[in-house]
Amino acid sequence: MSSKVQPDHVKLVIDGQDVSVEPGRTLLDAATAAGIRIPTLCHLDGLPEAAACRMCVVDVDGRWLPACATEAVDGMHVVTKTPEIETHRRTVVELLFAEGNHVCAFCVSNGHCELQDLACEVGLHSVRVPYSFRRDRIDASHPGFLVDRDRCVLCGRCVRVCAEVEGAHTWAFANRGTDARVITDLWETWDDAESCTSCGKCVESCPTGAIVCKGVSNAEMVKDAELPGELVARRNRG
Amino acid sequence: MSREIHIEPVTRIEGHAKITVFLDDAGDVKDAQFHVTELRGFERFCQGRTLWEMPGLTARICGICPVSHILASAKACDALLAVNVPETAVMLRRLMNLGQFVQSHALSFFYLSAPDFLLGWDTEPAVRNVVGLVQKDPELARKGIRLRAYGQEIINRLGGKKIHPAWAVPGGVNQPLSVEDRDWILDGLPEAKETTLATIKLFRESFDPAAREVLSTFNSMYMGLVSEDGLWEHYDGRLRIVDPCGDRVLDDVHPHTYPEMIHEASEPWTYLKFPHYAPMGYPGGMYRVGPLGRVHVCDRFGTPEADRELEIFRETSSRCSGRVFDYHYTRLLEILASIERIERLLADDRILSTRIRADAGVNQLEGVGVHEAPRGTLIHHYWVDEDGIIEKANYIVSTGHNNLGMNRAVQEIAKTFIQKGEITEGILNRIEGGIRAYDPCLSCSVHAVGQMPLVVDVVGSDGELVERMTQE
Ligand code: SF4
Ligand code: SF4
Repeated sequence: MSSKVQPDHVKLVIDGQDVSVEPGRTLLDAATAAGIRIPTLCHLDGLPEAAACRMCVVDVDGRWLPACATEAVDGMHVVTKTPEIETHRRTVVELLFAEGNHVCAFCVSNGHCELQDLACEVGLHSVRVPYSFRRDRIDASHPGFLVDRDRCVLCGRCVRVCAEVEGAHTWAFANRGTDARVITDLWETWDDAESCTSCGKCVESCPTGAIVCKGVSNAEMVKDAELPGELVARRNRG
Repeated sequence: MSREIHIEPVTRIEGHAKITVFLDDAGDVKDAQFHVTELRGFERFCQGRTLWEMPGLTARICGICPVSHILASAKACDALLAVNVPETAVMLRRLMNLGQFVQSHALSFFYLSAPDFLLGWDTEPAVRNVVGLVQKDPELARKGIRLRAYGQEIINRLGGKKIHPAWAVPGGVNQPLSVEDRDWILDGLPEAKETTLATIKLFRESFDPAAREVLSTFNSMYMGLVSEDGLWEHYDGRLRIVDPCGDRVLDDVHPHTYPEMIHEASEPWTYLKFPHYAPMGYPGGMYRVGPLGRVHVCDRFGTPEADRELEIFRETSSRCSGRVFDYHYTRLLEILASIERIERLLADDRILSTRIRADAGVNQLEGVGVHEAPRGTLIHHYWVDEDGIIEKANYIVSTGHNNLGMNRAVQEIAKTFIQKGEITEGILNRIEGGIRAYDPCLSCSVHAVGQMPLVVDVVGSDGELVERMTQE
């Protein structure tokens, strides 16, 4: 008698390479395990996926899907890099630069910034669309941290780490489209956001110079983006 | 028929400028104006940024003297934090500023100005540049280039970058000096000193006091920082202003009180404002800063070799000679003084300490940072809110202080050399040279080695373009 047994591993092909992973893993996990790099921005180990930034889009049997949020399935044929996908990724980064106010030269995150690294990786040399020249007021009311929303890429990592790992739910999104912003306690200034525990996990998780420590100068803000993943792994070990 | 002559752009200075010479009906010079035609707007776009970003942000005002802005900015931020900067951090900041003096002065002298007076004012423009200098006097050019590189490498070793080191931070500096880097700087000192002494000798012997009148001579007051005991100072100290005879108009003044003494006037024909000594009004309150200003305000340098040379200089110049050409002379004296000060700093082991940064929040809502940049007194003044966000910023840059002096030099040279409307290439070069003696930094990173195109427009009194002279 045959019973339906969950296979030990799913087998798929990524960039012509045979890859096998445990069931339930994402295409991003599978590619990473196989040593294939897929650029990401909103993904962070330890946090639930948002599939918000679309950097990790790959071609799955002719369809474009976000690798971070697509489960690896037996028999899939995945291509992580085509000229069209590369153009798409470059355009995503280009629009993020045009939308914010990124002057890396004097940014505290200069040299340690995931957005900047991505721009190099995708070969973004110039921005073809007009800059929005946004001018949001920096919120430096918190004694230890500050948020410069002009450098925010709306990845939501701060929102997710605050809710899912710290459990404070201080950060949330407000508004839509180009008016979308991350906010603390429904637009309280950070210092008045009573739910904030000042744990600093949002600082470590933020990929850019948007949420940073106060008192650091140019290029001095070095973050530990692995922190949420390590915390979650430790918790899961019990 | 009266005419206007435009010289544009002025070459081998940092930034963009244009000169207009106004002729009267007889073709003689009625007036001359030095225009700065670019506007940067830094004071405006610093608003809303955090104080901690200011040193790195304001460093971008200029690719030639970023170190000066970083230091003035860091000092203004120290005042906002109201901290005592650790002594080693002060020593290191001084060291970097001295490195900046060496590199900036060497650049001005060897690359930008020496081609004029060592090759001759009337030399073909195509060779009247550093390349021509290399051909004529390869040894001098080589030494000059090495001297500048030495100053730059000091900055590089301290800040990790030659041009825009984000190293001086509010409260101190962010990296100590290693033994290896100290030793490297020490090793280079003898050659740097020898080059400077030889160049001073060459300069002194090539140009007697009469020859140094070439770029006009006129009286003005002078301003600069001096130490508590009246010595040449570049980082801290008190403001002193002397009159054309060397008598003190103002002494022992805390630089933070500058708004009471220095006011700025504006003219519709230039973006560069005209700072002046307020009690004497505008334009009567003209003073000059930079090497000539500092050398005139100080009692002495306070280091042996520089003081010996200063004595020789003062024998051939009245106490406060107004020769524009002496900017070059005093620039060389300051390189020597800087080298001796570097030597003195490095002899003190405290410079290797790793206690280099004081930490604090916002403790004052207004802060002023003043120090001496190679080109003169530099002032950064910030106002912040309780969270450290810049609400307002004011800068008075070295080149601004000299605006009245530069305009005066242009007028004097034009009047001396232009007669009956006759303008030659050599005269234009002298007018440019008068500007260049101040080593103006017109606020951008344009660094033209060699000749840029020169346009001279002759405009009739009816506003019609009569003639255009161009120099490729
Ligand atoms: S956040 Fe990153 S990309 Fe934006 S200015 Fe700072 S370093 Fe540049
Ligand atoms: S503040 Fe940082 S972590 Fe939060 S959404 Fe913006 S970029 Fe992402």
